Amino acid sequence: MTTASTISAVSADFPTHGHNVTLLILVLLPLVGSLVVFALREEQGRLAKQISLGVSLVVLVYAVVLLFGFDTGSHAKRMQYFGSWPWIKDFGVHLAFGVDGIAIVLLFMSVVLVPAVILASWNALDSKAGAEEADPAVKNKSVKNYFALLLLLEFFMIGVFTAADVFLFYVFFEAMLVPMYFIIGSFGGPRRQYAAMKFFLYSLIGGLLMLASVIGVYVSSGTGSFAIGDLVGHVPQGATGKWLFLGFFIAFAIKAPLVPFHTWLPDAGAEAPAGGAALLVGVLDKVGTFGFLRYCLPLFPSASRTFSMTIMILSVIGILYAAFLAIGQRDMKRLVAYTSVAHFGFIGIGIFAFTSQGGSGAVLYMVNHGFSTGALFIVVGLLIARGKSRNVDDYGGAAKVTPILGGLFLLTGLSALALPGMSTFISEFLVLVGTFTRHKGLAILATTGIILAAIYVLYLYQRTFQGTVSEKVKKFRDVNPREILAVAPLLALIVFLGVYPKPILDVINPAVKATLVDVHKQDPTPVYGTADGARK
Amino acid sequence: MSTMLHATLSSGAALAAPLDKIQAPSVGYVVLLPVFIVLGAALLGILVEAVVPRTERFVVQTSLTVLALIGAVVAVACLHGKTTTTPSPKAGSGISFIGSMAFDKTGWFLQGTILALAIVAALLMAERSVDVGGPIVAQASLVVGSPEDRRLSQTTRVQTEIFPLMLFAVAGMLVFTVSNNLILMFVALEVLSLPLYLMAGLARRRRLLSQEAAVKYFLLGAFASAFFLYGLALLYGYADSVDLPEIAKAAQNSDRSDALLFIGLALLLVGLLFKAGIAPFHSWTPDVYQGAPTPVTAFMAACTKVAAFGGILRVLYVAFHNTQNDWRPIVWAVAIASMVVGAVFGLTQTDVKRILAYSSIAHAGFILVGLVALDDEGISSVLFYLLTYGFTTLAAFGLLMMVRDSDGEATHLSQWSGLAKKSPLVAITMTVLLMSMAGIPLTSGFTGKFYVFRAAYHVAGPLVVIALVCSAIAAFFYLRIIVLMFFAEPPENAPTIAVPGWATTMALTLGVVITIFLGLFPQPIIDLAGKAAHLTA
Repeated sequence: MTTASTISAVSADFPTHGHNVTLLILVLLPLVGSLVVFALREEQGRLAKQISLGVSLVVLVYAVVLLFGFDTGSHAKRMQYFGSWPWIKDFGVHLAFGVDGIAIVLLFMSVVLVPAVILASWNALDSKAGAEEADPAVKNKSVKNYFALLLLLEFFMIGVFTAADVFLFYVFFEAMLVPMYFIIGSFGGPRRQYAAMKFFLYSLIGGLLMLASVIGVYVSSGTGSFAIGDLVGHVPQGATGKWLFLGFFIAFAIKAPLVPFHTWLPDAGAEAPAGGAALLVGVLDKVGTFGFLRYCLPLFPSASRTFSMTIMILSVIGILYAAFLAIGQRDMKRLVAYTSVAHFGFIGIGIFAFTSQGGSGAVLYMVNHGFSTGALFIVVGLLIARGKSRNVDDYGGAAKVTPILGGLFLLTGLSALALPGMSTFISEFLVLVGTFTRHKGLAILATTGIILAAIYVLYLYQRTFQGTVSEKVKKFRDVNPREILAVAPLLALIVFLGVYPKPILDVINPAVKATLVDVHKQDPTPVYGTADGARK
Repeated sequence: MSTMLHATLSSGAALAAPLDKIQAPSVGYVVLLPVFIVLGAALLGILVEAVVPRTERFVVQTSLTVLALIGAVVAVACLHGKTTTTPSPKAGSGISFIGSMAFDKTGWFLQGTILALAIVAALLMAERSVDVGGPIVAQASLVVGSPEDRRLSQTTRVQTEIFPLMLFAVAGMLVFTVSNNLILMFVALEVLSLPLYLMAGLARRRRLLSQEAAVKYFLLGAFASAFFLYGLALLYGYADSVDLPEIAKAAQNSDRSDALLFIGLALLLVGLLFKAGIAPFHSWTPDVYQGAPTPVTAFMAACTKVAAFGGILRVLYVAFHNTQNDWRPIVWAVAIASMVVGAVFGLTQTDVKRILAYSSIAHAGFILVGLVALDDEGISSVLFYLLTYGFTTLAAFGLLMMVRDSDGEATHLSQWSGLAKKSPLVAITMTVLLMSMAGIPLTSGFTGKFYVFRAAYHVAGPLVVIALVCSAIAAFFYLRIIVLMFFAEPPENAPTIAVPGWATTMALTLGVVITIFLGLFPQPIIDLAGKAAHLTA
């Protein structure tokens, strides 16, 4: 795709001045919606759901318009829609928002997932048909609080992706924990307290390490400002740079999650309500890998290069280890959480291979994984709502009773194992090609992960939807239009991008190339053969 | 002191000449207005006790206290321009009482902070709606458990002497933070401490625990004051003066051995660190915080800490600035000890008041981290942290007063389970305050911590890392309370949430609003603290 001689004409600098309020409005919309829904009374649950859905759809439309307005030409600016205002002058902190190609596609993915999650969770809290495993101890869950928390989470998610100031990014990064913590702890499964506590403390410790690095970056750069445009290129490399890089890296590795910092995700993913889990895995985890691309690589290029091999090895271990664990799982949500850890291994090697295919593949993977695993969690949630159990052994033969649900499950599962024709295949292929050009051994090992993915997905489908129909399953009702509407757009996007990924890749490629320029790495020169077999 | 001696001697020498005007010592009464207001109100309060009939006493005392404190705050606001940098014949018109008091910008800021926090604490003390008669004992001199004691505890009678006692303590604090002279500092230390020892014993419920707390505080405090005095004596022996600037000069110029200086400093610091509740002089904190009536605990946690740190700031920055390389390791060590003790010991506590006590020990450690920085930014970060932490703590203890069972306040952790179902408002307010103490962004606690760590990073990078690790450990026990409130089930005999009167509601609202506001828009107060970072050298 690219040769060593092609250096992008995209300006590789981050801006420091601008007054575009577009992103500020986008960030504030879900916050306003969330506050409105919080202010409603308990009995107005239905109104709460309608307002949440409405707000999330407005945000979706707004973001799509921004995505189409994003300039992907050869002389486009790296960071667009940039606006910056001083917030805490004495600290050099700005309210700065801007998106590059990577941020805007992740933003797009987030705002597509939120209405899907809202639709899927519509009846999840009612004690009748839709509720998840009925924990008799948890009565009277507040419907409006759940949806208000979802919108609040959306506010923080958008903030994290659009922040162009390291302090502001940190604030959103940490504050994002609070609504997710309440979603897991108030509305989750039987071990929700433990899972919520583990999630919060793990992420908080990572966050505090990152705070040390944030302060270190600010102090050592001597620029007196936290704006990313002011900091890039001014942070000392060398020993200080390595330590500061590690602070950021560990925080993002916990979020990503990268083995061995991953142990919070299976618990949190299993105990969270399905909608919350979809957002946890679909978006929150992307913040970690986004952090690698936006903060670790541009700010600490030499440390990134030094640690890249270690990180790639950890990622490959994660792919294989998590896949094996997923194959053995009986708890369906836990299984999906483990598949997530495996997928993040792929993203990790894509980023740290420092090739443009690898990087574009990794970013595309993030978007696709968000849709695919988000949809998978939603579909698993639909199944659990009917069977009232997370255990695979309680199901069997459901495809005969609920064929449409079976079809949705199969399609989502196939996208998770990267079947050609689905977008996930494109991203996986790009990541593996990008890694292979530099590190053949790691790429080969990672490819075996595809086979393992096929095992755990098909095994899961076989045990739940095929085989003899069990007594409980006979009573299942098939999906209603609302539930189809929650999942179908995600599947449609997956298939569309699987056949025609060019629009998204056009947005991603310039940003990835600019990041490679930041790290001072170029794509390896491909080897050309000649007709008589001699090498050039 | 020595200057007064000189003045007398020189005027004595001039007696031989035709009578000159006697040089009156410059006292600078104007800048002492806030102190006079508070002291005057305290004396009036004593008169009120003697003269006003019992039924009206409570209302008169509380109004007098609150009005006096408000008046003092207004006085500070009007007078804060008169600092040591304004020109005058002597070193500056902010210097009062012949140089033994230095009203510099930091001093004014500290006085303003103490008075603002004291107003809120007084409002909490005046709360009588949550319990018959409120949190203060009916008559302290009665034997616990006697028929008279039991009868009176059912009435609305209150030992209203607590209000003038509080005003005396506040007056002592005001003088403590601006004293430039060690003997005046000692007098102020005693004036602020003795009422506090008494106030700690005046709880209405669990009187024996309260009296035990008072005795513990008194004994340990008396020892600490004695150490302070001994250190003072040694420093006088070294520097031939008890004025802080003179000590600084002596330390700079002297060829003598510095042993006397540093032993004196160490003993002085024992006294000061005790007051601030810093490890390893912290052992009184959990017991006294738990036993004292909750508004008094709030007062101690907020105002005493501000005063104590003001004293430490002044002693270290003014008198010992030049010898910083020698005492800095000590501050490192006690800061680390405080943070670790506060974070680790807080993990095993089961009583909410004790948890808050250990958290205050940890926070004292964080403030010391800012102090290590030894520049203007260090001072302003400490001032900012004291202000935000004071309001957050006051609100947290105020909330504690509202959770009650038949025995009084329900402070055991198990009684706080499932509180969110009973009263979501209390639970959410407590969550915001606890998150501020844990240092979650968008709260004032985070801004304060960030400010302090940034100031200290240049000179004490490892200390900042340790502080962050201790923050993470401490976050656990804050989180545990939040988890219990929201995600657990209420126990069988769950406590009730008392509806507070207007005074407490106002105090709580103020605390919470400041906590959130300074998390989102801290710039104005940061500016204020930045301008206030000026100690007279």
